[in-house]
Amino acid sequence: MKLNRKWINEEFVDLSHISDKEFVETMTVFGQKVETYERMDAEIKNVVVGKVLSMVRHPNSDHMWICQVDVGQDEPVQIVTGAQNVREGDLVPAALHNSWLPGNVHITKGKLRGEKSNGMLCSYLELGLTQNDLPGAYEDGIWILNDEDCTVGQDINQVIGNDDTVVDFEITNNRPDCYSIIGLAREAAAAFHKPMRHHEPEVHGSEAGSIFDKLDVEVPADKLCSRYTARMVANVKIAPSPKWLRQRLRANGVRPINNIVDITNYVMLEYGQPMHAFDYRYITSGKIVVREAEAGETLTTLDGSVRNLTPGMLVIADDSRAIGLAGVMGGENSEIVADTTTVVFESANFNGTSIRQTALALGMRTEASGKFEKGLDPMLTVPAVQRACELVELLNAGDVLDGTIDVINYVPQPRTLPLEPEKINRLLGTDISREQMVQYLANLEIPVEGDTILVPSFRPDLNLMADIAEEVGRSYGYNEIPTTAFKTSTQGGYTPFMQAEAKAGELCRAMGYSEIITYSFVSPAVFDQIRLPADSPLRDALKIQNPLGEDTSIMRTIALPSMLEILGRNNAYHNKAVKLYELAKIYLPVEGQPLPEEPKMLLLGTYGAGESFFTLKGELEAILAGLRIKPADYTAVSDNPSYHPGRCARVSVDGVEIGCMGQVHPLVCQNYGIDAEVYCAELNFSKLFELQLPEPTYTPLPKYPAVTRDLALVCDESQTVAQVEQCITAAGGKLLRKISLFDIYRGKGIPEGKKSMAFSLELRADDRTLTDEDSVGVVSKILDKLEHDLGVQIR
Amino acid sequence: MKQQLEKIRQEALAAMEAAADPQELEALRVRYLGKKGELTAVLKQMGKLSAEERPVMGQIANNVRAAIEQTLEQAKTHLAAKAMEAKLRAEAVDVTIPGKEVSLGHQHPMNMVLQEIKGIFVGMGYQVVDGPEVELASYNFTRLNIEEGHPSRDRSDTFYFNDDDSVLLRTQTSPMQIRFMENHKPPLCMLAPGRVFRKDEADATHSPMFHQIEGLVVDEHITMGDLKGALTTLMKRIYGEDSVMRFRPHHFPFTEPSCEMDMQCHKCHGTGEVDGQVCSTCHGEGWIELLGAGMVHPYVLENCGIDPEKYSGFAFGMGLERMAMGRLRINDLRLIFDNDVRFLNQF
Repeated sequence: MKLNRKWINEEFVDLSHISDKEFVETMTVFGQKVETYERMDAEIKNVVVGKVLSMVRHPNSDHMWICQVDVGQDEPVQIVTGAQNVREGDLVPAALHNSWLPGNVHITKGKLRGEKSNGMLCSYLELGLTQNDLPGAYEDGIWILNDEDCTVGQDINQVIGNDDTVVDFEITNNRPDCYSIIGLAREAAAAFHKPMRHHEPEVHGSEAGSIFDKLDVEVPADKLCSRYTARMVANVKIAPSPKWLRQRLRANGVRPINNIVDITNYVMLEYGQPMHAFDYRYITSGKIVVREAEAGETLTTLDGSVRNLTPGMLVIADDSRAIGLAGVMGGENSEIVADTTTVVFESANFNGTSIRQTALALGMRTEASGKFEKGLDPMLTVPAVQRACELVELLNAGDVLDGTIDVINYVPQPRTLPLEPEKINRLLGTDISREQMVQYLANLEIPVEGDTILVPSFRPDLNLMADIAEEVGRSYGYNEIPTTAFKTSTQGGYTPFMQAEAKAGELCRAMGYSEIITYSFVSPAVFDQIRLPADSPLRDALKIQNPLGEDTSIMRTIALPSMLEILGRNNAYHNKAVKLYELAKIYLPVEGQPLPEEPKMLLLGTYGAGESFFTLKGELEAILAGLRIKPADYTAVSDNPSYHPGRCARVSVDGVEIGCMGQVHPLVCQNYGIDAEVYCAELNFSKLFELQLPEPTYTPLPKYPAVTRDLALVCDESQTVAQVEQCITAAGGKLLRKISLFDIYRGKGIPEGKKSMAFSLELRADDRTLTDEDSVGVVSKILDKLEHDLGVQIR
Repeated sequence: MKQQLEKIRQEALAAMEAAADPQELEALRVRYLGKKGELTAVLKQMGKLSAEERPVMGQIANNVRAAIEQTLEQAKTHLAAKAMEAKLRAEAVDVTIPGKEVSLGHQHPMNMVLQEIKGIFVGMGYQVVDGPEVELASYNFTRLNIEEGHPSRDRSDTFYFNDDDSVLLRTQTSPMQIRFMENHKPPLCMLAPGRVFRKDEADATHSPMFHQIEGLVVDEHITMGDLKGALTTLMKRIYGEDSVMRFRPHHFPFTEPSCEMDMQCHKCHGTGEVDGQVCSTCHGEGWIELLGAGMVHPYVLENCGIDPEKYSGFAFGMGLERMAMGRLRINDLRLIFDNDVRFLNQF
C-alpha cells in the first residue's frame, strides 16, 4: 500500500517536521513495515521555472530559437530550443546546466549549431508526466506554465507536486483498514502520539430529485454482498479534475481520467472503500441486481476483454444483463464517458473470498479486488459514498440527488472486550499502568469505557485479550519490553531415530559420499526410466492435483530415480568419480488412511574409477557395522529390472529385507544419460533403525592364543561363498571364531567347472590353549561336513 | 709374555676401532678373544710361569681382555649407529610429494547449518522432532487458526491431493506445534525442522520445496519478554554475540501478539549504505529479517486441549535456506537443489 506523506500532512496529521528516515523507522517498529520509500523529486534535479525574456531566430537553423531565460538568477540564461510553441513572456520548465531528468538524462551546457545553450526547455513528457496528469497541456512542445500558479526560479518539482515522499507499506492481512490513507494516517498519528484530524463528509444536496424515483436495488446474492449503498448524481459535467486531486492520484500511482472516475479512485485511496460509477443511461429499467453470474454468461469489462463468467462469480446487473463484475471491474457497457449526464455511485461490501476467487479465476486482480479480498468494514460504505458526493459538489461536477439507497444484509454488531491490564502485563512481561493502556488504545481510536473496550468496526482483528495485548505492546514498543530468561525444566535432545540418521550421515561421509537433497515430488515418467514393471505397486503414488508441472506431480514411492537424476546431472557436468548419498523420505499410500507412510530411505549412488560391486558392498558393510547392525545377508537378485541381472543383491538382516544394492542396469543408465557403470544401494532406513543392536558391553579379551588354519577347497562353479561359509560355521562349533575368505582361484590344477576357495579359520578356546588335536578335530569335522553336504573337497 | 699381551692389546684396539662393518668386527673378536684366538694362545702359556708370576700375569691378561671387550662393545655401538644413520639417509623422502588421497564426503550445506542450529537449541533444552510432510489441512491450517478461504489455502499457493482440499503438502512446519501439543503436556520445548512446500516456480530466491525450523515453548507464565530473551540468546549464538536485534509487530494467525525479528545488517551496520552505494546485503533496509514469532494464540492452545488461562507460550519459525544462504554467501537457491558436486564439495 502506497502512501504519499503530503496527503497525510495536509489532511490528517501534520508530520512534516519528521524526516523520511525517522518516519519510516518509527512506522516499521510500530507494526506498519515499510518496504521501500522514495522521494518523488529524486529523478528531477536542477530544473526550475524560467521566464522567456526574448527569442531570436538561430542564425544557422530554420527552426531553432535562441532564448534568453530568466531563471531567478542575477543574469538570464541563454537556452536554444527547437520548440515552436514558446512565446516571449511564457513561463517554462528550464533544465539548467548539470541538471537531471527522469530516465537518468543528464543535461549539460553545450553548443547547438555554434550557439551556446546553457540548458534545455522541457516538455512535460521529458519531466515524466502524461496527458492524464496535465489535461489540456500542449503535447508536442514545451510545457507552458503560465496557468500553473508558479514563480520564476521555483523548483519544478514543487510545480509538479513532486515535493513529496511515497512510502510503500507491507500491510498484514489482519489489517484491512490500513489499505487506506485514513487507516495509515491513524497508525501514523498513534505512532507519533499526535491527534488525528477527522473529516465528516457533508453533502448539500440539490433540486435534482430523489434517487428513490430513479433507481431500485435488489441483492438476491445476499451471502456474497453484506451491504450495497448507492447515491446518484444528475447534470454531470465530465471534466478533468483539479490539480490537487490529480497530483494526489498521481503520487499514489493512479492515472487521472476525469472528475467522476477520479473521485471514485480518490475515495478508494482515502477510505479504502472501492467504489464504482455507472452511467445511469445504461442501467435498463433503472434496476440494479446483485446476483451470481449465470452459466455461460459473458461480460466485456472496462479493459475491453470479454470475460466468461461462471456461477459463484458475483455480478452487478440490470434487469437484463451484467453491467459490472462486482468488486473487480466495471463493464464496458455502463462506463462513464464524455457525455455521461447521470451517474450512480456504488459503494458496496462484497465477500472477500468470493472476490478473490473470481479475480483469480479470471486472472484480473485489480486495485479494487485487492482491497475487497482483505475483508472490508461494512460500516465504510456510507461515509465513502458521502465523501464521493461531497467531492462532486466541491468539484462542481454535478447535482447530487436526495437520498441514499442502502441495502443491508449483514453488518457486525458493536463488539466489546473487557480491559484486563493484569492479564496483558502477564502475557507481555511488562508493568504498564491501566491508564497508560487506555491512552495507547485511545491513540489508536479504540475507546474504553470503564473496564470495557468498545471495538471499532474497522478493527475486526480485535477479538480477545491477546489482540489487545498486541496493541498495548506495540504502542509501548516491542523493543522496550524487558528481555527475560525463563527456566526450562525440559530435557533437550534428539530422538534415537535422529541420532541414528546423524550417525549414518557421518559414516557415509567417512566413506567418501557427499550428501544431496532432492525434491520429494517427481515425474510419473521416472517409473519407466527405471524400467519398473507396469503392474508394480510402486506406481501407485500420491498425485498432486495442482502440481507446478508434470515433472513434480507425484510423491516419490522410490528414491532411486532422484539419485540417478543427480548422478546423471553430475555426469553431464563432466564431474568424474562422484559418490553421493541421501537420507530422504518416500511416500507410500496406505489404503483407507488419509496420510501415507513416510519411511526414510538411505540411498548411496556412485560412478567413477575404482567403483565396483564389491567396493560398494564393502562400504555398505562398514556403514551397517558403524550403525551397530548385524552383518547383512546378500542374496543374488536377477529380476530387479533397475539393476544388472548378475550384479544385484537383496540385502537382509535377520531375515528382514532392508533393501537392495548393485550395479544399475545399463538401460536405466542410458535413460539418465550416463555411459559409466553406476552402483547404487537403496536401504529402508526406518527398518534399519529397528535392527540396531543395543549399545555393546565389554567382553573380556582372550587370555589364550588363537590358532589359524588355512583351507583351500575345491567347489563347483555354482557354489557360493555364503553356502560354503554357512557349512563351515555349522560344523565348526564354538571353537571356530572367524572365517575369512582370502582367495578364489580358477585355472591350472583345478578341473574345468570348479573353483578353489581359500579360507582362513581362526580357532580359539576361552579356557585353555588349543592343542594340535583340538584343531585337527575341528578341521576334520568341517571337511567331513563340506564333503557330505556340498561335495566340496580339500585341494 | 707381558710384552706379548701388551702387543695384542694395542693391535686389537687399533684394529677394532678401525673396523668398517659388523662382519669385520666379528672376525676381530674371533681372532683375539675366540677359543683359538691370540689372547687364548698367550694364556695357554701361563702354565710355564712361576707361582709368583702367574697371578701378576693373570691380572695383566684379564685387564687386556677387559680392554679389548670394552673396545669391541664401543665399536659395535658406533657401527650400529653409523648403519642406522646410513639407512635413514637412504630412506629420506620428498616431503612435498602429495599425500595419499583420502576422500571424505561432504555434508549438504543446508544440513551443515541445520545441524549447528539444532545443536544450539538442544543445548537450551529443546527436543527436536520430525513429522509428516503430507499433512491434513486441519493441522496445517484449521487448528492453527487459519480459516477457510484464507489466501494461503488457495490452490495457487498450496499443493493438494484430493478434491475436498483436506490432504496437502505442508506449507509450513507449524502443524508440528499441533502434533507436539497433542501428544505432550506442558512444559514443552520443541524444535521441528523439516521440508515444506509451496507452489512457487524455482528461481534464484524461490523453490517449490524448502526448509523451515519451527520452535515452540509452552509453560506457565511464559511472557513476551521470555520470547525476546530466548530468541535473542539463540540468534546471538548463531550470528555472533555482537549482533544487534530488533523486534517489530507482525501478523500470523496462530500467534498473538506476533512479531518479526530483524538483525542489523552486519555489512552496513544499519545505515543501508556502503561507500555511498545501496548496501547489497540488506538492499538498503539496514536490517535483515530473521524469523517470525509470537505468543501462541489462545485458540491454538485450546485446539490442543491446553488451557490458555493457565498456560502461555511462544512459537517461532525461520527459513533454513535464507539462513544458510546468508551465512555461506550462496546467491542462488537453485544451487541448493542442483547437487552439483563442485558445489557440494565446497562445504
